[in-house]
Amino acid sequence: MENNLIALILLLPFSGSLLALILPSNRFRPWLLPIFGTLHLVLTFIVIQAGPLSAANGWLGVDPLSRLVLLIISLLFCGCSFYALGYLRYRISWGNRVFVSCLLLFLASMTLAAISRHLGILWVAVETTTLASAPLIYYNRNRLSIEATWKYLLLSSVGIALAMLGMFFIAYAALVAGGQVSLQFDDILQGAATYSRPWLKAGFIFLLVGFGTKVGFAPLHTWKPDAYGEAPGIVGALLAGGLTSVAFLGLLRTLQIMDAASEAAMAREAFLALGLISMAFAAAFMVRQPDFKRMLAYSSVEHMGIIAIGISMGGIATYGAMLHLMYNAMTKGVLFLSAANIHRRFGSKKVDDVRGAITLVPLSSLLFLLGFIAITGSPPFAPFISEFTILQGIFSTGHYITGGLFLFFLAVIFIGMGTTVLSVVFGTPSENAGDKDYRETFTTTGAPLIMLLILLVLGLYLPDSVRHIFIDAAALLEVRP
Amino acid sequence: MNNTANLLLLLVVLLNFFLLGTSRLGSNIRTVAIQGGLISLLPLLAHGLSSHTLFLAVAAFLFKGIAIPYLLFRAVRQVHISREVEPLFGYVPTLILGTLATAASFIFSDRLPMIAEHSQTLFVPVGLATLATGFLLLITRRKAIIQVVGYLIFENGIFIFGMLLTEAMPLMVEALVLLDLLVAVFIMVIVMHQIKREFSTINIDQLTSLKE
Repeated sequence: MENNLIALILLLPFSGSLLALILPSNRFRPWLLPIFGTLHLVLTFIVIQAGPLSAANGWLGVDPLSRLVLLIISLLFCGCSFYALGYLRYRISWGNRVFVSCLLLFLASMTLAAISRHLGILWVAVETTTLASAPLIYYNRNRLSIEATWKYLLLSSVGIALAMLGMFFIAYAALVAGGQVSLQFDDILQGAATYSRPWLKAGFIFLLVGFGTKVGFAPLHTWKPDAYGEAPGIVGALLAGGLTSVAFLGLLRTLQIMDAASEAAMAREAFLALGLISMAFAAAFMVRQPDFKRMLAYSSVEHMGIIAIGISMGGIATYGAMLHLMYNAMTKGVLFLSAANIHRRFGSKKVDDVRGAITLVPLSSLLFLLGFIAITGSPPFAPFISEFTILQGIFSTGHYITGGLFLFFLAVIFIGMGTTVLSVVFGTPSENAGDKDYRETFTTTGAPLIMLLILLVLGLYLPDSVRHIFIDAAALLEVRP
Repeated sequence: MNNTANLLLLLVVLLNFFLLGTSRLGSNIRTVAIQGGLISLLPLLAHGLSSHTLFLAVAAFLFKGIAIPYLLFRAVRQVHISREVEPLFGYVPTLILGTLATAASFIFSDRLPMIAEHSQTLFVPVGLATLATGFLLLITRRKAIIQVVGYLIFENGIFIFGMLLTEAMPLMVEALVLLDLLVAVFIMVIVMHQIKREFSTINIDQLTSLKE
């Protein structure tokens, strides 16, 4: 039963991806996305209910962190898959065989990463996410998207190659200690206390840089504005919400290893430094940002920084970071999908060309505005709770300077992002090329609307059964005495 | 065994220097092929003959020594790339940087604790030096295809280091890693075609539209 469940959730999106290659009709193929997205979500709920699972010699398994990441990617993908119906209908003449197939392969590789309990498998899964998403970023087929794809492909591949070196270093640390050499995660956690320190620490640095590139911490984020800015909105949403969570899982696994080796202090300091640098970079580039999709990319850099800071603090802030991993992903879904609708109507994503969107695409603009309010941590939306919890954790542990900087960056980003968002949404509509026939339909506004409603509900009331997913995940990251 | 492996590793270092100094595209790709072929012998030399090492050696030889260089040569023919490498940075400065990086790799790995049977081998310093060479190629060359070469050399460095740890990596994972590498190069070559079509060149200094 256990084995079947794990095999099923892996093979489902993978077989969908193969099916997309075979199906001949551009009109019907996009329906595979919501069908497989919904099935994947149902399976995810079953897996979450099932408790701890393990399969394939312990190479695959489900622990609380897997459950959280699985829930994030599955919810986000399911939402985006319905949006994809509307998007691909609009792009019907371009063909969508590769697009649909790669989207499902992307889901399959993210699922594999979430449930892998062997560092080698985790590496293969994360590298496959890069390969599956590169054709997605390139879907618009113009000069800018080629440039973005090239940078993304090369930087991510080199980054993730460094992560592999880090894994080898950790395995060598075990060899020097005379222990069992294995990259199976539970074996590592068991032996980590005896590992050779120089190798372990060097390995940590490489893993941090490797997965950090994929997460997009500043200053390793340079591919991010390009990729998010040039990819179709639905791909931007999946990268900013799904892929970052998966890459973050790699970092959390690394933290677990350092925890087990009683070296967590070094890891937490590194997380804190990267987090603050990311927030600072994001603040600097978001003020007067002339392109609203690039602005969202910098917002992603910022929120990865916030999560890293939350994790570095430990205690209640770690719980806040787990909440934020999910809430950030959902809010990014709302923002990227609504921004994509505005982009389509105006044919531009430059703030100079897009004004008064609310009179032309009212619902998308409203969602974009509310998404901005949510992501900057204003009540009553859920990210308010998570950011407030992190802040509470920072101050209650006496990190006043960090807390002060955190608040300062949040304020700068609120003002910077607000200026851009307000000038896009309000004002007299600018008339230019764009697609004047574009009308909002439920397919392109329904998904972000539902995600926003989920954020609203979670912001007002978090049921105990859901709260436990986050509490259990945070508990795995706590230093054991 | 160790002596042969060390000799091979020194050859790898020589190939690194040759790559940093050569100006011909064709010889760049040929060097990657030779280096890939050489390091695919390492599993056999380091761990003796077994089904695991034999599989790894054959797979690495097929992928790194034949399939990937073939993809690159085909790209050069189809995309009509000119034969010059066109560095952003002169050859002599990159060679000097390469030498410094190699020296640093040897000094750094001297400070890391090694187990007794590895203390006389060059896997760690040569692995790190190869990594550094790949990185230098990535940041100093203007042509997209040489960046792919740099990435491959980078991966070779990691492969060399991984030779110390074949027991940690199950066979299936090794195979998947190699497959991922091949697919990555395949996609890079496709993107290169598109770059050529849109920009009429594959010099990445043309890729500057996206910046703040």
